[in-house]
Amino acid sequence: MTMQSQKDTICAISTAQGMGAIAVIRLSGQESIAISEKLFVPAKEGKQLANEKANTIHFGSISDGDKDIDEVLISIFKAPHSFTGEEVVEIACHGAPYIQQQILQLLTKHGARLAAAGEFTQRAFLNGKMDLSQAEAVADLIASRSEAARRVALQQMRGGFSNELINLRTQLLNFISLIELELDFSEEDVEFANRDELTKLVDEIQALLKKLTNSFSLGNAIKNGIPVAIVGHTNAGKSTLLNTLLQEDKAIVSDIHGTTRDVIEDTINIEGISFRFIDTAGIRATKDEIETLGIERTYDKISKATIVLLMLDVNDPDKKIHEAISDIKKRLNDYQQLIVVINKTDLADASIIKQRFAIDSFHELSSTDTIVPISAKQQLNIDVLTNALLKTVNLSAIDNDEVIVTNVRHYEALQKSYEAILRVSEGLSNGISGDFLAQDIREVLHFLGEITGHINTDEVLGNIFKNFCIGK
Amino acid sequence: MDFKYDVIVVGGGHAGCEAAAAAANLGSKVLLITMDMGRFAQMSCNPAIGGVAKGQIVREIDALGGYTGIITDKSSIQFRMLNRSKGPAMWSPRAQCDRMVFSSEWRIQLEKIPNVFFWQDSVVEFIFQDNIIKGVRTSNNVEFLSEAVVLTTGTFLNGLMHIGSVTSEGGRVSEPASKGLSEQLLSRGFTVGRMKTGTPVRIDERSINFDKLDEQKGDGHDYRFSYLPSPDNGLRKRSCFITYTNPEVHKVLETGLDESPMYNGTIQSIGPRYCPSIETKIVTFSERERHQLFLEPEGETTIEYYLNGFSSSLPLKTQIDALKLVPGLEEVKVFRPGYAIEYDFFEPTQLKHTLETKKISNLFFAGQINGTTGYEEAAAQGLIAGINAHQKINNKTDFTLSRDEAYIGVLIDDLVTKGVDEPYRMFTSRAEFRILLRQDDADSRLSPKSFAIGLASQKRIDHLNEKIDKRNQIIEFLKEFSVKPALINSWLEYMGTAPLKQGVKLIDIISRPQINIYDLLDGIKPFAEFIEKLNMARKDEILESTEIILKYSGYINRERLLADKFKRLENLNIVNKFDYKSIKSLSTEARQKLDSIQPETIGQASRISGVSPSDINVLLVLMGR
Repeated sequence: MTMQSQKDTICAISTAQGMGAIAVIRLSGQESIAISEKLFVPAKEGKQLANEKANTIHFGSISDGDKDIDEVLISIFKAPHSFTGEEVVEIACHGAPYIQQQILQLLTKHGARLAAAGEFTQRAFLNGKMDLSQAEAVADLIASRSEAARRVALQQMRGGFSNELINLRTQLLNFISLIELELDFSEEDVEFANRDELTKLVDEIQALLKKLTNSFSLGNAIKNGIPVAIVGHTNAGKSTLLNTLLQEDKAIVSDIHGTTRDVIEDTINIEGISFRFIDTAGIRATKDEIETLGIERTYDKISKATIVLLMLDVNDPDKKIHEAISDIKKRLNDYQQLIVVINKTDLADASIIKQRFAIDSFHELSSTDTIVPISAKQQLNIDVLTNALLKTVNLSAIDNDEVIVTNVRHYEALQKSYEAILRVSEGLSNGISGDFLAQDIREVLHFLGEITGHINTDEVLGNIFKNFCIGK
Repeated sequence: MDFKYDVIVVGGGHAGCEAAAAAANLGSKVLLITMDMGRFAQMSCNPAIGGVAKGQIVREIDALGGYTGIITDKSSIQFRMLNRSKGPAMWSPRAQCDRMVFSSEWRIQLEKIPNVFFWQDSVVEFIFQDNIIKGVRTSNNVEFLSEAVVLTTGTFLNGLMHIGSVTSEGGRVSEPASKGLSEQLLSRGFTVGRMKTGTPVRIDERSINFDKLDEQKGDGHDYRFSYLPSPDNGLRKRSCFITYTNPEVHKVLETGLDESPMYNGTIQSIGPRYCPSIETKIVTFSERERHQLFLEPEGETTIEYYLNGFSSSLPLKTQIDALKLVPGLEEVKVFRPGYAIEYDFFEPTQLKHTLETKKISNLFFAGQINGTTGYEEAAAQGLIAGINAHQKINNKTDFTLSRDEAYIGVLIDDLVTKGVDEPYRMFTSRAEFRILLRQDDADSRLSPKSFAIGLASQKRIDHLNEKIDKRNQIIEFLKEFSVKPALINSWLEYMGTAPLKQGVKLIDIISRPQINIYDLLDGIKPFAEFIEKLNMARKDEILESTEIILKYSGYINRERLLADKFKRLENLNIVNKFDYKSIKSLSTEARQKLDSIQPETIGQASRISGVSPSDINVLLVLMGR
């Protein structure tokens, strides 16, 4: 992008693509008002947008010469008190894509340029309306697909965890200057940096970094949806459950064993949390090549899931049920949670179900695992299942505004800082010489600085504005 | 007699000598103008070269084909490798030198270069044609013309010395100041500032009671500053001595503060914080009961000692009265008192990385005139200015070093980017990538680069290649040679390290922190025999270089990764890309600083004080990154 293009007036459709009741087209730049004036016919005769105050709305129509295109509302925002810090005009028109395109074409005909992806936010950044980490969070905010993701993004936009990091980084910076002083005046053999205090600080930083890096798996899950794998014997009703949860027929359902041969994903929102459900082919010994492939993929999906739903048939014999549970438990890690779903309860006696599937009788399960009897077909007990799903997510962390890392760039920098601070910690206990301590501390400072914005890297910018869509 | 040269160097100090030699060795016809041909490369302050960070600079000067290292080797009367107990990046060579031999060896060296010509005089005026330098005029009204001029006037520009309330004009004791040049440059729009530095008393060996002092000898290793092998210089090796001040000394010093030009307001200029005068020390660190004093012999045979740590501009009587209370100096006789000197310097942000001034083409500044202190810093700048003066007038490429390549690169980048607010000396902490700038490998970092422009000799490259080749052979041997637990375990335990459970290669033993390569020579006979067979002229140097590579590769590789990351911003050229004044998204201070310094790269811009990371992000966004 050249310097010149920064002076252009840009325009774009700022609402979602496709048909809606209304759509908003946004302009930003010195000529925004003048250009709008050329195609706007105010309802009140003689009104001139240029003479109107900031933050006002005006009714009228957009016309191309003598051809009226639509009736619109025009909002005026003036520099520097606008989103981008420039003169901004927002045209609210009717939602037909044809109308939107017509207006956009008119605007470009009169001197506006189509905005590039993220260019509005970029201008807001260049005009000092937000800093880079805020711009980064704006991208996340716009892309957030659930309440939890929105909350985490918002928290980051308000400064998030960087304040705490800045504080620790500053303390570490003080220490390193003392160590550097020791090094450069080593002829006098002095120790300025109190090693005990330094060790304490390093421990503190280490603990924080660990907490932050650990929060990433949750953060990432919140951002992209928590992966839930549905597995079980063929014909246990996995696809039916999925359909019940999705309230639509996406998976193929039939009574023939092994119908679902592919892995199908869909995201559903339960009380503000996204869950990414992965329906899998059933697991059973087979000679069918296609099905064997499907089963391999099932195991692969299990390894990537945070929650595994094991679907079993209420009428399966005890032996089969216990085998299935211990078989799946063998494949799970400590952090993966298992929910055993006993399906088709409509086909069995309620009191027997209660007795047979009491959690105590399943020594294979750990304390965090649960058993939920349901009927996917009759939609019985589905709310118990969704509650069980919600319980597995550490909602308290989000509720208490605890810091959750969602950004991959931050995560990588945190990991590298963590590795380096571990070396500092080791070095301190082994009593290594100051120059090596200094090198590791410098590395910690560097990577923390990448997060707090004290260190410039070209990667940051490259990613941020690219992740926006046009009109943002 | 010629009155027309390719390059004129004004000043015969450490910077001037290196500049003249470098330009001449590259092929320029050089005139070196100095006030006194008997005082080339004077050590006006302490008689030593090197030390922490400075020693590394001298190794770099040598690797580039400069002479400071060679001259130090020829005049050294004591050698020590400082910081041996720390990591290899901190190892710093330092030598006490015979001040007189140092100067005369420089003269001998310069006289051997056929392209260097001399003129003893003081330059009083520049000759300009528009914004290009064309030559100089001297106090004898002689006019010399040249394509380029390197100005290395040290403390001589409007130098003013202070001893108590006595002031005298001059660049050094008994040497006249240089006048007129500052004023002429001022009128051309240059920013001139004032700095202060000081030097301590020189005392008479015969008046010192050595029984009360601690002796400090050289460390006995047969080291050199130069990568070119040379025999021992044959000079008698001498010791330094240590004593301390005490509260009684401090009391006497305090009585003189009223008459100290530093404290009564006579001297307004800023002195170096890290090399404070004794009066500054007792005021700033009033809680300390004693300060270390270090007695350095001024030469092989002389009875003159330099009293390091007692720099002062107090009245002569106060200095002597205080000294008499120092253990060992009760009967002290002084040759001359300490004094402070104020001098003009030019704000170095007015320079390019080649040390050419931005305002006047083909005029280069080097040394103390740029606000630095120290022989090593001066010599390094002289070398770079001399090289670039030659390159410029022959339309050849600039010769600059980067921050991850040499301390010299750090030095010059700091000067031209950040400017100076106190006399600048090098510290290892100024370098972001200290472990890449070690004294053991300045040759592999820099000699090939200097060879490429025709300065470093073929002989240097041969020695470098030999070192690399021998090193590889040693590494190969260590990788191949197996040791069995039965044979080696008792030795390992004796060395305080864990015994082996099964056979390993020797290379695994050397990576243990408790074992160094000399231990290996003592303990593993076949290794000692192998090294003997290699028959190396610089055995210790090559052995240690091998050990560093093997032992510290983890640190070195990690540092390299960070340096490469840093280089990405360093490679983003922004010359003439922006009209900073018109970029409203920059902070006001950033706008002004960027406009006046005109950084060459994003990396350089990020180091300007007052330019914040968000300002840099603005530039990156504007560049479309």
